[in-house]
Amino acid sequence: MSGPNRLNGGLIDRRTSVIFSFDGKTYQGHAGDTLASALLANDVRLMGRSFKYHRPRGVLTAGSEEPNALVELRSGARQEPNTRATVTELFHGLEARSQNRGFSLKYDFMAINDRFSNFLTAGFYYKTFMWPRAFWEKLYEPIIRKAAGLGSVSFEDDPDVYDKGFLHCDLLVIGSGPAGLMAALTAGRAGARVILAEEDFITGGRLNAETHTVDDMSGSAWAQAVMAELTSLENVRIMTRTTVIGAFDHGIYSAVERVSDHLAIPENGKPRQILWRIYSKRAVLAAGATERPIAFENNDRPGVMMAGAVRAYANRWAVTPHQQVAVFTNNDDGHRTAADLIAKGVDVTGVIDVRPDAPKVAGAELFAGAQVVNSTGRLGLKSVQIRLANGELRDLPCGALAVSGGWNPNVHLTCHQRGKPVWNETLAAFVPGGELPVGLSAAGAANGGLTTAAALKAGAGAAVQALSDLGIQAQMPDLPEAEDTPISLTPFWYVKEGKGRAWIDQQNDVTVKDIKLAHQENFRSVEHLKRYTTLGMATDQGKTSNMGGLAVMAELTGKSIPETGTTIFRPPYTPVSLGALAGRSVGKEFHPTRETPSHKWAAEQGAEFVEVGNWLRAQWFPKAGETHWRQSVDREVLQTRKSVGICDVTTLGKIDVQGKDAAAFLNKIYANAFAKLPVGKVRYGLMLREDGIAYDDGTAARLAEDHFVVTTTTANAVLVYRNMEFARQCLWPDLDVQLISTTEAWAQYAVAGPNARKLLQKIVDPEFDISNDAFPFMACGEITVCGGLRARLFRISFSGELAYEIAVPTRYGDALIRKLMEAGEEFDVVPYGTEALGVMRIEKGHAAGNELNGTTSAFNLGMGRMVSKKKDCIGNILSERPGMNEAGDLNIIGLRPVDPKDPIPAGAHLMNADGEISAKTDQGYVTSAAYSPVLGCSIGLAFLKGGADRMGEILRVSNPLEGTEIRAEVVSAHFVDPEGERLRA
Amino acid sequence: MRIKCPLCGERDRREFYYKGAAIDLARPAPDAGDVAWDDYIHNRENPAGRTKDLWQHEMGCSAWLVVERNTVTHEIYGVELAENVKRGMK
Repeated sequence: MSGPNRLNGGLIDRRTSVIFSFDGKTYQGHAGDTLASALLANDVRLMGRSFKYHRPRGVLTAGSEEPNALVELRSGARQEPNTRATVTELFHGLEARSQNRGFSLKYDFMAINDRFSNFLTAGFYYKTFMWPRAFWEKLYEPIIRKAAGLGSVSFEDDPDVYDKGFLHCDLLVIGSGPAGLMAALTAGRAGARVILAEEDFITGGRLNAETHTVDDMSGSAWAQAVMAELTSLENVRIMTRTTVIGAFDHGIYSAVERVSDHLAIPENGKPRQILWRIYSKRAVLAAGATERPIAFENNDRPGVMMAGAVRAYANRWAVTPHQQVAVFTNNDDGHRTAADLIAKGVDVTGVIDVRPDAPKVAGAELFAGAQVVNSTGRLGLKSVQIRLANGELRDLPCGALAVSGGWNPNVHLTCHQRGKPVWNETLAAFVPGGELPVGLSAAGAANGGLTTAAALKAGAGAAVQALSDLGIQAQMPDLPEAEDTPISLTPFWYVKEGKGRAWIDQQNDVTVKDIKLAHQENFRSVEHLKRYTTLGMATDQGKTSNMGGLAVMAELTGKSIPETGTTIFRPPYTPVSLGALAGRSVGKEFHPTRETPSHKWAAEQGAEFVEVGNWLRAQWFPKAGETHWRQSVDREVLQTRKSVGICDVTTLGKIDVQGKDAAAFLNKIYANAFAKLPVGKVRYGLMLREDGIAYDDGTAARLAEDHFVVTTTTANAVLVYRNMEFARQCLWPDLDVQLISTTEAWAQYAVAGPNARKLLQKIVDPEFDISNDAFPFMACGEITVCGGLRARLFRISFSGELAYEIAVPTRYGDALIRKLMEAGEEFDVVPYGTEALGVMRIEKGHAAGNELNGTTSAFNLGMGRMVSKKKDCIGNILSERPGMNEAGDLNIIGLRPVDPKDPIPAGAHLMNADGEISAKTDQGYVTSAAYSPVLGCSIGLAFLKGGADRMGEILRVSNPLEGTEIRAEVVSAHFVDPEGERLRA
Repeated sequence: MRIKCPLCGERDRREFYYKGAAIDLARPAPDAGDVAWDDYIHNRENPAGRTKDLWQHEMGCSAWLVVERNTVTHEIYGVELAENVKRGMK
């Protein structure tokens, strides 16, 4: 025997012993046990302390609805808080610890909260910690955070892998009780693609927990027989340990499969959990029902449990929570617990039934018309006090009380879209109603059909109907013989007698009194009630408590329960670990990493990389002896301007534009004119949004009459391509033009500096003349390099130097950078990264992302005259609207510090030389700043009100955030080579 | 959510980029005046019920689509190629 409370029978494997520990003490259980059943078998009823009052608590249920028995499972990096002992499969070496306790579970100094419970009622935090305000962050919140809450986390990285997966089926069956098994069997036999998802680790649902027979077999044996047939069908996929957590649009369901939670560590290569997205044509919800408690004073002692759970522990796990058990019920189903326990030899000390006409019980004393009004036992139930029908009080000894207030169909998934459950008087419960998710039907207990026979029939019927919708003919199977006892129940929610606390929501420590207080303070709608008292929050989402809370509120407001209504059911049905939601998107895999064609080479050079969207780009290339990034960047800038430098610019977006109307199309896309660009020429282009704001710039090169290559900024590559496709398909579909993104197809390098041409002439094949006369500034052409490799050459310059961009098919990118560096050796060629690129463009006064920041117009950028007024292009109409081009608006300017030692802070605001510094007197702001090694001081680009006419003015550059202020002179944004002589050289 | 691309068939919502109301197809003439342009750029209905949206099958065939759907039930009534819709507007 594994533990003093083990009974005979059950679905556990007694030949396999499983050793585990709870709070450091070692116990023995069996394969097939849950942590909860194994603890009960070992006579452990106390499993945790409550959230707020640190009351001793034990297990209430035998399923995923458990509010109390939450433990910390495992240790080290795999430590997992708030794990429900009721659904934790026992495995060898399982370590569990109780939560929310002080020194030990039995002696918890925080239980002092229980003495102050009069102060800790609903709305306590809102009322108490209002004053003084400043105390909240430093004093109240840390104390509350420490005192409240459930388990703790390890703060270590989760070592396990989580996965995501996608499945398709004709019929998804959610739950494998009698209804679910019949639905799956009916559809499986008809040849439909079926997924049967079961939360538990064995199929059968309540059939495993009851003693009912199905045909001539035990329920669990019948379930196994059906499973044998389902397993033989290739079109049926059976997924145990899989909870369907949400119903989404168009037949999509999400489900969590706990692949390895029942193992100490996942098997090699297997994920811990998988988050499935299931695309179903039809679905049947056969998720069963959840039993609800009856509240009475001190009804939270360890040992007070749900009657159906006690029955499940006895029948499936061969465990009784105690040798003496009493039953408290308002319906016939509770009597089954008494009968099953008696049959297993447990002493049932009494059945307390609130109904005066309660049926007799064989083998136990019946107290008809009686109520349980109180209980005793500090760390575990010792006795209950009963108010008999004749008004007398009586103490009844029992170590466990099995409570049944009736069953609530698990309607959750039917409400995940617009479904609103409807009230069923017979069951005194909500059943699915309103608009169910399209394609979903409910069957069996989930639909209010609480008998086995009803469930079997409804499951088969739901499958036949669902398949018929899909044009698949399914035969209604022969229905087995099964119990079909009518439901007999008198609604009864809580015992009114008693001054102490009667617990409605044990997970959140919400009592009948708290609900009365919420009512008194006018938080009467169910949604307000939930937020004010926390009823129905946290990991169990009130599966055992919401109905009780609603019933109390309904009584107080004088409304019926259906008039009071339920809170909205939202996914997930049960808690989902963040790991499952993240899947493989963790760490470096959080987003894809794109490497440029020169990445390998750059890494060999020891480059520092920077993330630019998904791209990794070389930021600078440190040389031996350089200890600060500025030394590397300054060297790269100076050497490029002195001789020649090379930069990988592959990340810029490239869009191939082809067709008879390519020029006409680009004329509509760009704000400036493109129709007359000659073949063999490149033009700078500015793109506006339709509201007239500038959003991207780049170049368009005309390689042929009907062929352009457009470049975009790195950041906007996707956006520009998408917008161009929009313009092509949605605005001007009659233009004969086609687009394709070729960003990844071409490796592209900028070769810049006075020696750029000499360097390129060494690799460009001799039949192509790239002299200044033959290939002047803004020329482009298709050439070959290195003896026949096709390439594109563009004479464009971002740095302001004599510069080219050369592109080759991506697979030659690595070879080309090595070739260029080799050819450049005689010129002391330098590779430069994004920092030097940025410094040189600021020195040259080229606008970039900082300037095209979503608020600036072509006018602001000094390009107002570029915007064509003759043609219809995107953005030109609204770029003319009032307020866009007023004299005195922001203009782009350059800034040079009066004291060359002063750095210009990017983001600082410009203020007049004298006077107040305030938002009202604001003159503009700095967009880009850098140290210019050419000028030997910091420089900046800025937007300044009326800036074009303020050259030479001294301004204050104010950074109130960091309390700094410097003086700077307004200068032209073109710090280097304003005449453009170098780039034309 | 599933969208049936007229070129590729039924695909997951995540293959599609959502832009907004299909009014974006009705770009005013350059001389249509401030009110027409203001409406086109800034003003949108926010219907509880049937609406027409523009989506792009960005991770598929790149086609821009007009999707007629219900904002309350998320039912999709039909999907058309935007270029066909635009041609039909003339």
